[in-house]
Amino acid sequence: MSEIMQEKETTLYLGPQHPGITGNMMIELKVTGDTVQRGTTHVGYLHRGFEKLMEERLWMQCFPIVCRICVPEPDPNEENLARAIEEIEGREVPERAQYIRTMVLELSRMATYLLWMGGQSGSAGLYTMPQWTVGDRDYIIDLFEELTGGRVYHMYIWAGGVRRDLPDGFKDRVRKVLDYLEERLTDYDRLLFENAVFLKRAQGVGIIDKEKAEEWGVVGPPLRGCGIARDVRKDEPYEVYDKLDWEVITHEGSDVYSRAMVRRKEFEQSISIVRQVLDKMPEGPVHNPGPNPLKWKVPAGEAYVRTESARGEFGYYVVSDGSLKPRRVHVRGPAYVHGVTLLEKMLKGMNIADVSFIMNSLGTCPPEIER
Amino acid sequence: MMNIKGALVPFSALKFLGKKPHTVRYPIEKKDTAQRYRGFHFNDLEECIGCGTCSTICQNDAIDMIQLDGIEAAKGDSGLRPRVDNGRCCWCGLCVDMCPTGSLSLTDQYLHTSPDPDSYLLIPGKDNPEMKEHISFVKSDSEPLLQFDRVPMRELDGAERVKSFAEVVLGYMQEEARAEATRCVDCALCVTACPDHMHIPEYIGAIADADDAKALKYIYDNNPLPEMCGKVCTRQCETVCAIGHLGEPIAIRWLKRFATEQFPDPAAILNPVIAEPNGKKVGIVGGGPAGLSAGYYLALRGFEVTIYEALPKMGGMTYAGIPKYRFPEDSLDKQIGYMEKVGVKMVNNTRVGKDISFETIRKENDAVFIGIGFHIPYTLGLTGEELENSIQAVDFLRDVNLGKSVDVGKKVVVIGGGNVAIDAARVSRRLGAEVTILYRRRVQDMPADWEEIEGAEDEGVHIVPQGIPLEVIGNNGKVKSIKYGMAEMVADDKGGRPRPVLIEGDEHILEVDTVIGAIGQEADYSFLPKDVMDELKIERGRMVVNELKQTSIPDIFAGGDSVNRTADAISAIADGVKAVEGITHFLLDE
Repeated sequence: MSEIMQEKETTLYLGPQHPGITGNMMIELKVTGDTVQRGTTHVGYLHRGFEKLMEERLWMQCFPIVCRICVPEPDPNEENLARAIEEIEGREVPERAQYIRTMVLELSRMATYLLWMGGQSGSAGLYTMPQWTVGDRDYIIDLFEELTGGRVYHMYIWAGGVRRDLPDGFKDRVRKVLDYLEERLTDYDRLLFENAVFLKRAQGVGIIDKEKAEEWGVVGPPLRGCGIARDVRKDEPYEVYDKLDWEVITHEGSDVYSRAMVRRKEFEQSISIVRQVLDKMPEGPVHNPGPNPLKWKVPAGEAYVRTESARGEFGYYVVSDGSLKPRRVHVRGPAYVHGVTLLEKMLKGMNIADVSFIMNSLGTCPPEIER
Repeated sequence: MMNIKGALVPFSALKFLGKKPHTVRYPIEKKDTAQRYRGFHFNDLEECIGCGTCSTICQNDAIDMIQLDGIEAAKGDSGLRPRVDNGRCCWCGLCVDMCPTGSLSLTDQYLHTSPDPDSYLLIPGKDNPEMKEHISFVKSDSEPLLQFDRVPMRELDGAERVKSFAEVVLGYMQEEARAEATRCVDCALCVTACPDHMHIPEYIGAIADADDAKALKYIYDNNPLPEMCGKVCTRQCETVCAIGHLGEPIAIRWLKRFATEQFPDPAAILNPVIAEPNGKKVGIVGGGPAGLSAGYYLALRGFEVTIYEALPKMGGMTYAGIPKYRFPEDSLDKQIGYMEKVGVKMVNNTRVGKDISFETIRKENDAVFIGIGFHIPYTLGLTGEELENSIQAVDFLRDVNLGKSVDVGKKVVVIGGGNVAIDAARVSRRLGAEVTILYRRRVQDMPADWEEIEGAEDEGVHIVPQGIPLEVIGNNGKVKSIKYGMAEMVADDKGGRPRPVLIEGDEHILEVDTVIGAIGQEADYSFLPKDVMDELKIERGRMVVNELKQTSIPDIFAGGDSVNRTADAISAIADGVKAVEGITHFLLDE
């Protein structure tokens, strides 16, 4: 190749419609040859202004909105909004509802990790894995359908508890799915986590500067993949996480592989957490009702609550001026940091083929950037 | 170093080649949806009352309330039904959880594809009656969103009550009123049921917002006797309350009472603007709710109003008929006092036809409003009715209310099942008598307010349903006992309500000191001169009026019990308010 050709900078647009992009956003890549010189992220393809919409909605009407902030993982949004409101109101949540919420959040984490496994391996060119994991995720989605009536958007966790109690025999069906998924882990290991192709692609690639990671606001599996034990479930336990037996999982390496291994182990751990929840779940009511939703005024006040979602720390800052509608709802999602600021830093000097691969490893969700 | 193991293990996936796939092979196989699946809507059109709560809660604005052929607006039914735009719906199901009647549900059906946008508009229940079989997501009884339980009203207990005429109902405290007002879903079905069409959702909303002054302004917009209504109204509004379908209706009456009781002087809040005198004069015969309402709003409009009342105080039946434990006199005084401030002239102790002639009133005024009520009781038509101590409830209640001493003896029987009968019974209890109510039909057929019936029972009134009085037996010209026969209820062939038919031989005798008849009243038109009587159209004892309460004689308007069949205070107030429109139109051509 001539010298001139090597130095010529070309612009490549990755997305907004691209299977390697985890949602609708675009990365403008300046490349020379195979190497990315710099990448600029462009978002705004699905801006729906959720935060602003909520300022014009009754409190109850916000629940069908927040779940849309992250399509694959709506439940932390519901839980966060509910918990923020409960904190301002000082409303008690029945214990059974807290257990059910924990179960929902962990099932949601597992469903998200299954989707991620598909995306991660798909972006490495391993196409059997997505077929499996997306199919297996449907078993969890089926559980959600049975529990909440909705497959993707559940609208199930709301202020004061959850919307419905477990259907008859639900616990057994959850256990059955857990047993099945646990068994499948061996297959996943063989196909992805021990796969030579994956190891070659993932190890030493997409390294996050461990020293800077916290400063940059990196959270969740990418941070724990740097060997830093940060997990909201442990740091600031909510619902019933402090009543369950589990440890924060970390992995040294800061690369795509270590992030993958964190998720792989957390998937296994979630199975154990859900089993504990099912064993310990007490009987009792699942909802502590509030006022008539049409005249429901949340007392003036504010709250910031955090959840450990599958992609990392999720935060809701909710302000009420004592009226029928929220004064402000601010959503802090991990994708803003991971998918915009961190990704742009990491792109420099990267191979074009690794862009999607790395993006997947960070767990980016554009709707959540543009909430 | 080459990772041999890592290169080989993925091939283990080959073993799945021979396995059955997990997926549903559509369309050969169909997916079984879960029991709670949230698909297309279904609405039970019969159950639905068109309250529009589904439309209000929908955060996507996906639900419109529309008119359907064959569904007419009726009492407690707006006649509208929801239409869902499935292009906007997100199937959150809040509409189902908020539905006050439980008519709306979601089904397990979810497939629809069409290039025609209009095909996404679905009128649940009408467009998809077959989906009744597919109902899946329904309202939860154990996790309700609406509050179906009324904030309980504090009352004196039965034993305490019979000792005096102290007010039985104690009224809501502030927190209780706010909580009760918060239950309302603002559907406004109550407004159509209220004879006076009061601004109910607005004032309830203001109470919920802790703005009682605003509530008072809404209330006084078309009801100048709200404190009275807040205590004794027949509250037809509550019978149609959407929340009443699956729970207890909003305590609309008690909330109105709460708002009015917050202010000792309504004038201070209302700051009524009284129009410049317009030179027209209106005379009002009878100071009951109809006459007072007409007088108040006419005075606000600049008319010179004079009300003539036979009794020593304004109020009509609310003064003379309603016992003080339900409607204390100071509350009446407060409301009359406010009207006097506005400039309504009140002439008490003046019976038209005796102390002043009707012609004089008609001559001195440009228009006359007749609100005379029903004060002549129907007789029972029994042998022995003329005996001493066989009295009429309206006379009895008036004497008690006017402070006359009345001796009913130790045992009283009241005949009738309306509010007047219950009032007479409860008053007799307070005078120290043992009281029995004799009613032809069953307790559930009693026209009296259920709360009144319960109140009477709490106070120890004994009710004998299906008992028909046969004869009043006397001794030395005084009542000694009453003979009555038991009746069985026989279904009416013509589809009317069941009739009581005497069971032969099942007769009883009850020793009593006083018999009180309370089977209804009629109007006394004897004050009207012959030429007016000839011209005035009267049907079944009631004057015939047009929409604006004008009688067959153009300058004579009428309202209240002597006009409308519902014969309650709120209907009388509504008549008065309407007559103001009529009189204004008649005299000022506005």
